[in-house]
Amino acid sequence: MIKDEAERPQQAVKQVSMIQAINQALADAMEDDEKVLVLGEDVADPEAGGVAGVTKGLSTRFGEERVKSTPISEQAIMGAAIGASLLGWKPVAEIMLMNFTAVAMDMIVNHAAKLRFMSGGQTSVPIVIRTMTGSGFSTGGQHSDYYEAWFAHVAGMKVIAASNTIDAYGLLRSAIDDPDPVMFIENLPTYWAMGPVPDKGHRVSIGKAKVVRAGTDLTIVSYARVFNEVLAALPALNEAGVSAEVIDLRSISPWDQATVLASVSKTGRCLIVHEAVTQFGVGAEIAAVVQKELFGRLKSPVERMGAPFAPVPFSKPLETAYAPTAKRIAQQAISMKQGT
Amino acid sequence: MVPETQLDTKTQLSIYRTMALLKANDERSRLVIKTGRIVMPYYSYRGQEVIPSALCANLRDDDYLCTIYRGIHDMLAKGLPLRALWAEIAGRVDGTCKGKGGPMHLTYPAKGIMVTTGIVGSSMPIANGLGWASQLAKDDRVSVAMFGDGASNIGAFHESLNMAAVWKLPVIFVCQNNRYGEHTRYERATSARQIADRAVGYSIPGLRVDGNDPLAMYAAAKTAVGRARAGEGPTLLECMTYRFHGHVYGDNDSYMDKAEKAEAIQADPHNRYRAQLLSAGVATETQLAEVEAIIEKEIDDAVNFALASPFPGMEEMTRDVYGALA
Repeated sequence: MIKDEAERPQQAVKQVSMIQAINQALADAMEDDEKVLVLGEDVADPEAGGVAGVTKGLSTRFGEERVKSTPISEQAIMGAAIGASLLGWKPVAEIMLMNFTAVAMDMIVNHAAKLRFMSGGQTSVPIVIRTMTGSGFSTGGQHSDYYEAWFAHVAGMKVIAASNTIDAYGLLRSAIDDPDPVMFIENLPTYWAMGPVPDKGHRVSIGKAKVVRAGTDLTIVSYARVFNEVLAALPALNEAGVSAEVIDLRSISPWDQATVLASVSKTGRCLIVHEAVTQFGVGAEIAAVVQKELFGRLKSPVERMGAPFAPVPFSKPLETAYAPTAKRIAQQAISMKQGT
Repeated sequence: MVPETQLDTKTQLSIYRTMALLKANDERSRLVIKTGRIVMPYYSYRGQEVIPSALCANLRDDDYLCTIYRGIHDMLAKGLPLRALWAEIAGRVDGTCKGKGGPMHLTYPAKGIMVTTGIVGSSMPIANGLGWASQLAKDDRVSVAMFGDGASNIGAFHESLNMAAVWKLPVIFVCQNNRYGEHTRYERATSARQIADRAVGYSIPGLRVDGNDPLAMYAAAKTAVGRARAGEGPTLLECMTYRFHGHVYGDNDSYMDKAEKAEAIQADPHNRYRAQLLSAGVATETQLAEVEAIIEKEIDDAVNFALASPFPGMEEMTRDVYGALA
């Protein structure tokens, strides 16, 4: 999916889908540590290993004690994960769609995120919450939202999202290693997108962004699926003579301030792109920090690009226009360079 | 119900000692708040002492407890030390949670006290997870979820009972039915004739028990604990009791029926059990008075310890939000 890593000859590398990369991360983690558990609606093989097959094969391989299909009970799923984690297990709980996290908000926000602090450090909740979402799949207003800002706003939570197979594997492995609750956001419409096969045991540190393309005129910060829209905007930017430095944030909370600030202090311009609605979004937090730290060195106001402040629409032309596209990203970046 | 003769003297005295501790601790808590020495939200459990006292007589230290904001009695019965309790509710560094949890969020893993929640109903989903961990570890530990009658109307109750039944978890759901959910009387908020009936919908045993009768409560708990330990799955116990005070200390309890309340206080289960022990010759007045005097001294010590303990330093504000990578 990332095509700019010229040192890696694409044809020679075996390709896997995002689903396969995530499945492999789960399988390798379960193989490496018998404390790792998987639970969620339909996740076991009698239920076909999940609605998209992400957990296919795991229960056959590791047993249904460790890979448990659950009732459609998001509070109970999260409670089971939290309770088991308090006693040293490492549950990876699937909340099928990110909109369904709303049903389990009490368990996630009031309990998973806070038990370490409220217990004075006596207990911890080392769980991973895997959840999928994204516009573009005709799933309408209750199956498509990006709610990363909700969880990034809660002290005690970590939030991560991958844009490619290598990072998906590496971030998920790091999330399972992590001593705290981590929300791992997957993109449903690009589950079947192919990318290089990850190396077994690969890790991507939580809190570390990646400068994917170096540039001098502006910094574009993004994550998850729309990061690939940023990459797709690069030819148009080249053509317009705009040299963009492109950062895949990968970790939304904590976010890699050092990498972003180092880049923007060089380019003087910053555009943040995400699929979630712009208002009160992750872009606002990044923009606030960039403007405070680099106020006198900015050549243009920090810009944010997200979805309009509306639920995800069903009708195809509306849905297509909802999230940032390569074309809109290119237009925005060019206008920032030109100062218009 | 198990006849009194089936409970040995030691167990009866042990249950009484716990009840006396809970009663004295509640009375002292209200006094200390009244005199302004500690400022905290306090949810009195006075009147409900029998339930955890008799239940915990069936539990081991390594069994797990998830309780709620009205749960200090549950934790004391499970073995929470008084000094750690008092320092915590005073917000001091020597508290169970360095003063950062407070009276609604005590944790004491050494006695299996894993979570105390301030959210109605949320003890149950997490107790399931503790039970799942025991099932995975193949130990024979039991997890107890405490909650009130109001909590049986929240979704978490229904999700939890169903999952526990499907997974056959070693969890006991203990409803302390004190007749009020916050300010609202049972009948005005709950459709079920009795909460125990709700177990039928999940194909698990549901039993209504007199939660003010130590022997009945002990017997019901013993059966439920035995089932859980043997891997036979969860039980719902509805323990009938009464809350002597308002929802939270200092509230205007005008919503409580005065005659009903007076009657309940008149029938104080603590005093009743004490009288029973004396009349049955299980203990003498001197023995019980001595037990009570020791408890008062222990509470004196704990309060003094708590008030002498320092407040946490400002570095604790952001400590324990995240852990360090192993």
